[in-house]
Amino acid sequence: MSRLLPAGGTWIDRARPVAFRFDGTEYQGLAGDTLASALLANGVVAGFRSPILGRPRGILTAGPEEPNALVEVLEPWVDLVVPATAVPLVEGLVARPRAGTADLGRARDAPGALGRNRHRHVETLVVGGGPAGLAAAASAAERGDRVLLVEEGSRIDGEPPSGDDVLVLTAATALGVYDDGYVVVHHRTRPVETVWHVRAARVVLATGWYERPIPFVGGDLPGVMLATAAARYVERYGVAPGEAAVVFANSAWGRQAADVLREAGCEVVAEGTVLRAEGDERVRRVVMRAQDGSERAVEADLVLVSGGINPNLTLWRSIGGGLRFDEGLACFVPDGVGPPWLTVVGAAAGEGLPPTEPLWFVEGGDDAEKFVDLQRDQTVADIRETLEGGLRSIEHVKRATYIGTAIDQGRTSGVLAAAIVNAMLGEGPGAQGPSGARPPAEPVAFGVLAGPRRGELLDPVRTTPMHAWHVERGAVFEDVGQWKRPRYYPGPGEDLESAVLRECAAVRTAAGAMDASTLGKIEVAGPDAPAFLDRMYTNRMSNLPVGSIRYGLMLGLDGMVVDDGVAMRLAEDRYLVTTTTGGAAMVLDRFEEWLQTEWPHLRVFCTSVTEQWAVVAVNGPRAREVVAAAGTDVELAREAFPHMTFRDGRIAGVPGRIARVSFSGELAFELHVAAWHGLHVWERVMEAGEPLGLVPYGTEAMHVLRAEKGYVIVGQDTDGTVTPHDLGMDWIVNPSKGDFVGRRSLRRADLVRPDRKQLVGLLPADPDERLPEGAQLVLEDTGRVPMRMIGHVTSSYRSAALGRTFALALVEGGRERHGRTVFAPLPEGTIAATVTSPVFWDPEGVRLREG
Amino acid sequence: MLLIRCPWCGPRDEVEFRYGGQAAISYPSDPDALSDEQWADYLFMRDNPKGEFRERWVHVHGCRRWFQAVRSTVTHEIRATFPIGEEPPS
Repeated sequence: MSRLLPAGGTWIDRARPVAFRFDGTEYQGLAGDTLASALLANGVVAGFRSPILGRPRGILTAGPEEPNALVEVLEPWVDLVVPATAVPLVEGLVARPRAGTADLGRARDAPGALGRNRHRHVETLVVGGGPAGLAAAASAAERGDRVLLVEEGSRIDGEPPSGDDVLVLTAATALGVYDDGYVVVHHRTRPVETVWHVRAARVVLATGWYERPIPFVGGDLPGVMLATAAARYVERYGVAPGEAAVVFANSAWGRQAADVLREAGCEVVAEGTVLRAEGDERVRRVVMRAQDGSERAVEADLVLVSGGINPNLTLWRSIGGGLRFDEGLACFVPDGVGPPWLTVVGAAAGEGLPPTEPLWFVEGGDDAEKFVDLQRDQTVADIRETLEGGLRSIEHVKRATYIGTAIDQGRTSGVLAAAIVNAMLGEGPGAQGPSGARPPAEPVAFGVLAGPRRGELLDPVRTTPMHAWHVERGAVFEDVGQWKRPRYYPGPGEDLESAVLRECAAVRTAAGAMDASTLGKIEVAGPDAPAFLDRMYTNRMSNLPVGSIRYGLMLGLDGMVVDDGVAMRLAEDRYLVTTTTGGAAMVLDRFEEWLQTEWPHLRVFCTSVTEQWAVVAVNGPRAREVVAAAGTDVELAREAFPHMTFRDGRIAGVPGRIARVSFSGELAFELHVAAWHGLHVWERVMEAGEPLGLVPYGTEAMHVLRAEKGYVIVGQDTDGTVTPHDLGMDWIVNPSKGDFVGRRSLRRADLVRPDRKQLVGLLPADPDERLPEGAQLVLEDTGRVPMRMIGHVTSSYRSAALGRTFALALVEGGRERHGRTVFAPLPEGTIAATVTSPVFWDPEGVRLREG
Repeated sequence: MLLIRCPWCGPRDEVEFRYGGQAAISYPSDPDALSDEQWADYLFMRDNPKGEFRERWVHVHGCRRWFQAVRSTVTHEIRATFPIGEEPPS
């Protein structure tokens, strides 16, 4: 049965019918309708269910505050749960009712909401396109401001200002107001929604008002509607939501709304206090109570209820604005001053609201039938129960009942719940305001907030110039920071373990090449560069000869190891320092911080050159032959090119730099060339080296090789609580060279305790058993928890060179425990291991120097 | 999100900056002269006032320069930003 009135409806276009489907049935609405108004026009009043109790519910409001009429939109866009009052009717719309909760299973399978981000800088942002908002926008435009006006609804009644510097958005909700005029706006553009990041010199909140209901028995039945909402359906959409109405209002606005209904041909059968509404699936009969207490029943299909008008102050409160209870208006209005850039105007400020007799719920009848929060199915009785349980604060009541926490965020129930709490506690109606408000002011899909930052665009991916070759070769990659690094290169039938054993064996017996381009590289230049590096590293860099390389350890002020790398002295006043792959940005930041904040007089400039250089690390006893075969004019002979020096020259026909430096314990040459030559040099090394037994190897083999040699990886064998002394690296700390960062801390009492955790090696009793990294260690396996833990495993591998498993660990007083047995109690059984020196391979370094 | 006035780049969004803790804590001229307690005081102890706080920021996604700010820890209002080594304007 059509409820469309023969005339009227300022928002609809009667010449443009719109077909849509709701809950499996085809309907027709009009352009300008919302889904809610179109349903009402088709006589669909009920059809919704409450989420917890499954009670029949109908359309209560005409705006985004709607608690009952929630729908899922299936076409032409996807919205998992949204009020029907906020869904613009479009041709082909398909929707179905949703009982207050989204179907997250569907959320997982659906393509998901799509979003994009836009930015806007304005002098004046006006939130709300009602009369006060339009006036504020007009006067701002008049004085030449750039203006942004955002209106939550789908259209604006009235004429907003126009011009090049004025932007007006409808269907746009301010989700949150933050410091210094930063406002995030959710703009429901379809199918790709928009999140506007607005920075405004002035923010004007013209956020209007929401009407509140009055809880009575049966007040949640379909056919109970807020009075002003019913009037809006008549005026905007030309729809009469009922034929015979009862009016239950405590202000003039409610009675004015009744007049609108009357003019539309709806009979008003009674006015006054409603004791209860009756009906199975919708209102059929209403029991009224007269002043003298007598009761009278009337037949009606519509109850217009108005318990008063609440200024919409969600955004005001979320930035710390206060509230004051206005006795005459029976509502909370803004109190005190907010940030200097923020003002509240119009109805939101309490202007023009009707004097109202406070009435928070109807006395008489079963309180468990008087619903306060329709989305949480919470009643007057539920509030009373929490107070009887001893709760007093509205914040506690909210958390006990969940009132105000549903999708509608308590727009119709928040003030009501607070006032009911106040009344039940025997306090004034303004004793406690509604519970706190936080952004977002309306639900917004994560996909919309994420915008394009998903999938490949979630985080930048960094690849080296040789990446395509690794992919071609079937490398398995691992993420190191943002870098993709080959972890290993599986041969036919190989898994991680067998591939790594093969790669390690090749490096120990012939040669291997690793793409080391991701190493952090920083050029440190300037006359004071030597003095500066002396302060940043634990050892002396100022006496490093030009052409030489020195390993360096970097500490925090607290004396803990934060990074390591090597320094190459390129010239008297120029160094290239390397960092760990993950530590490059952090090291450069540290350099800059010290230079700018403590030593601005030092003439030093630091430049990141990580991506300018590609690096091929050739390791192994045949490394010299490999580099020679790849072609170079650098004299590679042992005496001419000693360990820890570098030479400039040509490599595979291109200019570059060769550094004789090793992280494997084998003879090794690092080939540094301009990034754009990286792939060429890598390919030349591979071609020349493969006949000599050279294999490409990845980070996993690199980890095993360095651990066999007892070289630590900062961040794996250290965790920010480890000093050089703990690592057995006193040899690199030079306290006599002058002050350096972290030096004074190394003398602190806690850092010289003999029982600190120290780096040791571990050899499991069963040479085939591998300790899990992170395993805790005990001296005695009592079989009963708790056991006193004395350390933990930091690195653990199967070694081709040793023919067995081994590990590195941090163990209390570990250097005094060499030869002792420790235990790792694990769920699958205890592993015993002998404590050893952490250097398992070539402890004298013969292979490095004499290779 | 705060709007922070970089002394070199002007007002920019907070996400372009990184916080650097309390300002005007100088590295001791002779750390060896300090007792463990004095050194720990320099290393770990910081003020936590309710009200104006002089602190360091770095425009890490901009000019990468460090500077100082005087910010209210109550209202987040930043009264002044100024280069390292300078005193706050009165």
